Amino acid sequence: MQWLDARLPLPRLVYDSFVAYPVPRNLNYAYTFGGILALFLVLQILTGVVLAMHYAANSAIAFDSVEKIMRDVNWGWMLRYMHANGASFFFVAVYIHIFRGLYYGSYKAPREILWILGVIIFLLMMATAFMGYVLPWGQMSFWGATVITGFFTAFPLIGDPIQQLLLGGFAVDNATLNRFFSLHYLLPFMIAGVVILHVWALHVTGQTNPTGVEVKSSKDTVPFSPHATVKDGFAMVVFLIIFAYMLFYMPNYLGHPDNYVEANPLKTPSHIVPEWYFLPFYAMLRAITFNIGPIDSKLGGVLVMFGSILVLFFLPWLDTSRVRSTAFRPVYKIFFWIMVVDCIFLGWLGSRPAEGIYPTLALIGTIYYFGHFLIVLPVLGLVETPRRLPGSITEAVLARNAGGGTPAGAAAAPETKG
Amino acid sequence: MRKLLPALLAAGLAFAPLSFAQAQDGQGPTENTASEEAAAGQDASAEAAEEGHAETPHYPLRHPEQLNWSFAGPFGHWDVAQLQRGLKVYKEVCSACHGMRLVAFRNLEALGYSEAQVKAFAAEYTVQDGPNGDGEMFERPGIPSDYFPSPFPNTAAAAAANGGAAPPDLSLIAKARAVERGFPTFVFDLGTQYQEAGPDYIHALLTGYDQEPPQAIAESLQPGTYYNPYFISGPALAMPPPIGDDQVEYPDGSPQTVDQYSRDVAAFMMWAAEPHLAERKATGFVVMIFLVVFAGLLFAVKRRVWAGTAH
Amino acid sequence: MSVHDTAEPNRRDFLYIATGAAGAVGAAAAIWPFIDQMNPDAATLALAEIDVDVSQVAEGQSITAKWRGKPIFIRHRTAQEVEEAKSVNLDDLKDPVARNANLPADAPATDANRATGGGAQPSGGEGAAAADGMSPAREQWLIMVGVCTHLGCIPLGTSGDYDGWFCPCHGSHYDTAGRIRQGPAPENMAIPPYAFTTDTNIRIG
Repeated sequence: MQWLDARLPLPRLVYDSFVAYPVPRNLNYAYTFGGILALFLVLQILTGVVLAMHYAANSAIAFDSVEKIMRDVNWGWMLRYMHANGASFFFVAVYIHIFRGLYYGSYKAPREILWILGVIIFLLMMATAFMGYVLPWGQMSFWGATVITGFFTAFPLIGDPIQQLLLGGFAVDNATLNRFFSLHYLLPFMIAGVVILHVWALHVTGQTNPTGVEVKSSKDTVPFSPHATVKDGFAMVVFLIIFAYMLFYMPNYLGHPDNYVEANPLKTPSHIVPEWYFLPFYAMLRAITFNIGPIDSKLGGVLVMFGSILVLFFLPWLDTSRVRSTAFRPVYKIFFWIMVVDCIFLGWLGSRPAEGIYPTLALIGTIYYFGHFLIVLPVLGLVETPRRLPGSITEAVLARNAGGGTPAGAAAAPETKG
Repeated sequence: MRKLLPALLAAGLAFAPLSFAQAQDGQGPTENTASEEAAAGQDASAEAAEEGHAETPHYPLRHPEQLNWSFAGPFGHWDVAQLQRGLKVYKEVCSACHGMRLVAFRNLEALGYSEAQVKAFAAEYTVQDGPNGDGEMFERPGIPSDYFPSPFPNTAAAAAANGGAAPPDLSLIAKARAVERGFPTFVFDLGTQYQEAGPDYIHALLTGYDQEPPQAIAESLQPGTYYNPYFISGPALAMPPPIGDDQVEYPDGSPQTVDQYSRDVAAFMMWAAEPHLAERKATGFVVMIFLVVFAGLLFAVKRRVWAGTAH
Repeated sequence: MSVHDTAEPNRRDFLYIATGAAGAVGAAAAIWPFIDQMNPDAATLALAEIDVDVSQVAEGQSITAKWRGKPIFIRHRTAQEVEEAKSVNLDDLKDPVARNANLPADAPATDANRATGGGAQPSGGEGAAAADGMSPAREQWLIMVGVCTHLGCIPLGTSGDYDGWFCPCHGSHYDTAGRIRQGPAPENMAIPPYAFTTDTNIRIG
């Protein structure tokens, strides 16, 4: 080991990053989702590579090749359901991870780069998930691809050429399927690359913690192994239990029945909806039903949808509060939970048909979404009076244990994050 | 997929007592829609017609009845006798118009048939093979590795022979049709593991003919379509009532009624769409047991490790 | 989670060992589907049996069928070829074993053993086939996997120094019973499991 370390300091890197690396002692279970995400990235890549051994990226046989996986390949049904549901659980985990970051101010200085890398991963994930959903070549695959690539036609002049470039034709067809397969295979490895940068950036600045107070002495931390490893491991297995429940008992619950109908370019399903994890963005897209000055409603919707993610890049500079953790910001805490509900509400609206009162509600939800980032965060940071911060992590931990008298093991129950 | 978010919504409400104002906002329309949908479901008198204007009517007009299936739930398994009856119904009735191109004869061994029975069954079909030494396609009796032949050479031929509406292939139909459950039922479905929307729908559709359409709908029915309030995408469909009482003979003495035929063929469709269903659930049980035990062990280890550290 | 060298593991060690063991078992079980998926799938296995009609194959002709993705040479040998194959002294053979899937692994590479399909009980003797109701005419049929046992090329028919097959890749010569006689190939070409279901139909697999 020393021999290797002298030539390639890999053992030292692993030791420093995953054994001796100090983590705040007061991290709760909301902080285990980074590890869970890493697990799911590996799981998705493994199942994906294996599925690619049987899948055929050709519009004539893609649908049947997926069914062959489901019927004839040894364990094919399990591997494919793992991959499909794994994508959903990947997003469940990433949304919890993002909201945890929002709640504990993980984007604030000095962790801006860490946050921006995270948003890039999120974007790559969305692209990967979207292209992966096209591959089974069902009705929803086909029409989802048609609608989403249709976004680009909203841009004047350059829109149509860009869409044709993306599709490799005038409509979604075999060329589209082939390139989507290629990119769907490529992007996860790019995600893995950015994840390495993300973890690197994390290990430079260190983790935040529920108090938002930076680590001040070694008393504030515990070594990563075994403390964080075993806690992350436990959280992973609990998350896997939920995953296995869906995977083995209701694998099609999160899917859409129309995707078991082979793609038909001449017939649109009566009600196109994207996968659940895109629904909030889909709702924002459809919320803009009117022209804004020179911007027509189509372009407006697309801009709003892209803007909803772009705004996340500027988050570190939009939040003016000196206090990091929302736990010490009584007023912002209310707005944070409104934001959570707003996103879920938008997601639900995204699943509704665009008729009746729904577009109006979606517009209200969209306005709040942007208002939260562009108005609430900058203004509230200046006017809000935060609660008194503890002097250090250790002080906070000891104060709480003295008050509650909870046994050590149970202290980190999930409700502490709220 | 559209189901999870409102589930989270409910969870979010429980977690966020502070966000009352917004919650009211969110809750109000939710309930309205749910009850509207319920009304549309129970009342066949075309809600759509009353609401008039731009509102698209919501189909099906009636929600399918929820049946008990042997393959439902965590210990779901196939009722082999039922699948055999379903196969008989498919073979003698449905297969006249509907193909099942993804199911091979060899798969029928899962229905409790011996290899010899499967061979004999396959041999009753004629499949096209070739080209032979002369470059000609030829016909031969089926063998177990063949798939169920489709009644029409292609979709266009199927549509032409059926008044413009091609009968869909039935290989995946039990997974390709599901009536939306609506809020909050789909949240409860997470707990009850309700995954049988497909067979429920098939049964409801097959038993849903022979009803008098309400006046408003009767006037607007296209000629050559048959009113069926359970049809998922309209008030009427192009398929005539496919089966009648006593049309298929059951050697095992099961009732020879449309209701029983529909149940059996729906179960058979579920098997055709998801042949590994029972195996999946059985595997899942072992995996769940393991994961729960492993989680318990890890939790104990975690407590040990953190025992000396306040946190 | 280190395991101490104490003679009696205490409760803590037991917990750690149990957890570690459970994790290892779980991981191993989880890996299996990822490996097993590479095995031939159900559809492929179902195609492991083919029927070939040989009524049109005249003496001296051969046809090639595809079985498990490999060529099967079905040769209707001439009387002269059969005679030639029978006259070979077994001691001259490079590979003395029949390599016939229908016979025991140690059956000698006689011509009769090479041209015997399933259903015939082997006795090592020349008369085995005839005794089992196999008409003598069947010995004209040589059915074998047409893959050179050296590195998998497909040999050319009616060529080579022994009037049988010749593999152009690396120069292996097979005789009229498909036995290796000269060149780098180590074994006789394999005889697949097969049986005559009628006088003119062969089921391979």
